[in-house]
Amino acid sequence: MSNASDSQGGESRVEVLDQAVIRFAGDSGDGMQITGNQFTTTSAILGNDLATFPDFPAEIRAPAGTVPGVSGFQVRISSFDIHTPGDRPDVLVAMNPAALKVNIKDLKPGGIVIINTDSFTRGELAKAKYESNPLEDSSLDGYRVVQVKLTTLTRETLKDSGLDNKTILRCKNFFALGIVYWLYHRPLETTIRWLEKEFGEKKKRPEIAAANVACLKGGYNYADITGIFQTTYEVPKAKLPPGTYRNIQGNAALSLGLVAASKLSGLQLFLGSYPITPASDILHQLSAYKNFGVITFQAEDEIAAICAAIGASYTGCLGLTTTSGPGIALKSEAMNLAVIVELPLVIVDVQRGGPSTGLPTKTEQSDLLQVLYGRNGDSPVPVLAASTPSNCFDCAVEAARVAVKYMTPVVLLSDGYLANGAEPWRLPKIEDLPEIPVRKATADDAEWFEPYLRDQETLARPWAVPGTPGLHHRVGGLEKADVTGDVSYDPDNHEHMTWLRHNKVERIAKDIAPLEVHGDENAKLLVLGWGSTEGAITGAVNRAQKKGLSVARAQLRWINPFPANLSDILDRHEIVLIPEMNTGQLSLIIQGKFVKKVESLTKIKGQPFTTTEILERIEALLG
Amino acid sequence: MTPMSTPSAQTKLTKKDFKSDQDVRWCPGCGDYAILNAVQTAMAKLGKSKDDLVFVSGIGCSSRFPYYMDTYGFHTIHGRAPAIASGVKIANPDLDVWIITGDGDAMSIGGNHFIHVLRRRVNVKVLMFNNRIYGLTKGQYSPTSPLGKVTKSSPMGSLDTPFNPISLAIAAKASFVARSVDVMVPHLVEMIEAAAAHEGSAFIEIFQNCHIFNDGAWEDRVGREVRDDRLVDLRPGKKLIFGKNKDKAIDFDCLSPKVVSLNDVDENSLPAWDVEANPAISFTMASMPEDEFPTPIGIFREVRRGSFESGVHHQIDVAKEKFGEGDLHQLLYSGDLWEVKG
Repeated sequence: MSNASDSQGGESRVEVLDQAVIRFAGDSGDGMQITGNQFTTTSAILGNDLATFPDFPAEIRAPAGTVPGVSGFQVRISSFDIHTPGDRPDVLVAMNPAALKVNIKDLKPGGIVIINTDSFTRGELAKAKYESNPLEDSSLDGYRVVQVKLTTLTRETLKDSGLDNKTILRCKNFFALGIVYWLYHRPLETTIRWLEKEFGEKKKRPEIAAANVACLKGGYNYADITGIFQTTYEVPKAKLPPGTYRNIQGNAALSLGLVAASKLSGLQLFLGSYPITPASDILHQLSAYKNFGVITFQAEDEIAAICAAIGASYTGCLGLTTTSGPGIALKSEAMNLAVIVELPLVIVDVQRGGPSTGLPTKTEQSDLLQVLYGRNGDSPVPVLAASTPSNCFDCAVEAARVAVKYMTPVVLLSDGYLANGAEPWRLPKIEDLPEIPVRKATADDAEWFEPYLRDQETLARPWAVPGTPGLHHRVGGLEKADVTGDVSYDPDNHEHMTWLRHNKVERIAKDIAPLEVHGDENAKLLVLGWGSTEGAITGAVNRAQKKGLSVARAQLRWINPFPANLSDILDRHEIVLIPEMNTGQLSLIIQGKFVKKVESLTKIKGQPFTTTEILERIEALLG
Repeated sequence: MTPMSTPSAQTKLTKKDFKSDQDVRWCPGCGDYAILNAVQTAMAKLGKSKDDLVFVSGIGCSSRFPYYMDTYGFHTIHGRAPAIASGVKIANPDLDVWIITGDGDAMSIGGNHFIHVLRRRVNVKVLMFNNRIYGLTKGQYSPTSPLGKVTKSSPMGSLDTPFNPISLAIAAKASFVARSVDVMVPHLVEMIEAAAAHEGSAFIEIFQNCHIFNDGAWEDRVGREVRDDRLVDLRPGKKLIFGKNKDKAIDFDCLSPKVVSLNDVDENSLPAWDVEANPAISFTMASMPEDEFPTPIGIFREVRRGSFESGVHHQIDVAKEKFGEGDLHQLLYSGDLWEVKG
């Protein structure tokens, strides 16, 4: 716990920290995600910078008490600008033996572990496959163990509530949250307000709201009265750039970005989607924005979802489909249809662990080659990747802008870590958002109109939507004759059209921001990242620079096309290190396109990089 | 092509106006020519505008159809026309959307989209050309080929039990189900007109001959010499009378159909065909054994179920009324906000 300054207050010592990492862990039915989110929201409103990492099983309810059923939520709060949810927690809340077993190895030496001792029965220990009780053997030596009879205390708190035993037990997460709120000097109001709204108003169960509020307060008072902590902690607010902030998760930011793109372009947003983890939240969220004219169509399968979006684009909507890796595999033929008929379409891939069903709730960056090359024929599709939860907003707007301007499908890559992770988002001013100009052919264009007559700057073909008088024409998946769009099997035409489609995507490079190098632009080592590795890379590079190492970093937003200055940047650094959550997919492309040897750092554990992992590699390369 | 030379919406178009400038490339003698002719005739009769018509097709011989219509057209990918057409219609309900498909496209690779577009009642019209063979891939058995059919990929006979497309459509809760025949152009035009008038998804199976790979696909029942005895035309409110001499009819014994002779039975005692009755009746009619009964054509079923897309747009209207037209600033600046002062 660095930079701690001590101050004396009340009966326990108060320590002021510049950051803290807390992990809530329990059974997947224990409400750990809600608990973590509440701590996050409260801290956000308090003014901390923060980053979160929810980590939950694919099974909705794996057998209770077992290791596969453990659900965790890590949140890092700080007084300074941070980029990751932290490598190791300072405090672990373990609701049962399985949660302790899964998470204790990550806790910092000397860290606090708050344990619900009521759940450490012989039966629960057996379910977690503990051979001896860790509360009784010496395995927790080296940690500050805080034993709390959470179940008993919750029952005691609610003994007069009139609620049944099952309902009462479901409140114990709020008792635990109350304890942690006291430990970190957090106010209870935000959570009380949320409980009253969520259970009292929305679900019409005010008695549940009251019970949870009672437990929250009970936990807070219990920690205060019993003196279970000798020291409590304050993490003062961060000095963030001025503005209005809200806490945002990646999927939420992405959804908002798409609605913004619809408003900025004046195009109706049409989402065709099929439920898939971890992308479904976008479907849920957009289906609630009907007053923005958003149409959401839950299709019969992934293929129908993209096909409906293509149909909607054909009629002049902003077509959108959202999915994860397995869905992209199913959509690839339809993506190619959008490529050859040259219609705008945004395809969102919230990546997860693969291959096949893989690790549905875990994060990975292993769809890069799939979205770039996973289709028949020469099939160029622009690809960009969001790098932080709030950056999902900007990337969604950018994807739509490029799709419409260049009449092309665009793939936007996110991943499970961004989708569910949260950070404070400084809200953009509406007037600062980029314009998305749209040009549709009209009846006045009938004189010159040809379906494949291109704009000389962008190489985009005209968007002539059905219903426009005088512009009726046919499009389809067969090769098109240049200009007329008639079916053509002519060999020269096919080669010409293949290069036209290729060049159209290449031209986008002139229309995107150049790659920015953070740090010495002639540093010996460049850490080149893409997507959600930005936080860990930034943390690692900052630490390496403080140690005096010659290292800089750059994060690619666009992967197809690459920014025009990438080649020059690669040339300026002796060593290029590419960390990615796959077996080295970007490394393969960079080495192939630029004939530059790169160092690949890979991690394929369904977990994001820690800063330490990247820092260690930087040090090894420069050592 | 200037607006001057384009016939205005007020001018009623003729069949010829719907012909595109593309050469039609089906094999000589293909049943598709007759169907194209029937569709163009029907569109002219219905007073359709070229600008609002969209023909969406999948893959296969039939799916080249949109290239030959001087309207908006989209030749998509194998089996997916119903999904793309759904997007077109939901996004812009003012468009008049027709799906052109075949037995392989709709019943096999696109089977899922086929049943879902029907049960979902998107207001699109599905014309399925059924020639009981894969033509464009040069003659493999299809999901409607009869058991034992010898083809290039089934030299000892097909072992696949075929689909009955009408039964499938009824089971999928289609609200309009009909059948016609490529060479019976006036009948086909009538069916197309009836489908056009229906609100909701409409399905027409069209018996079609493949001159090259399955010649005589339906000849045993649609041949000029036999059709009066081998077909029965289902029309709402009409008795199920057939036969060259109009002397036979179908009667029902509870749900069991039977062929009766009008010499033995009083015509007035026969049931009139009810397209809105229990779907089991339509299903039974569609599944009558071919060797004992005439093959039904005409309208099997037509019920009012409204359309999907009208519901979609109604929900948007309701949401706008309830919450007001969406405001981007309000949307972004919502939830738990906090200010950081400079």
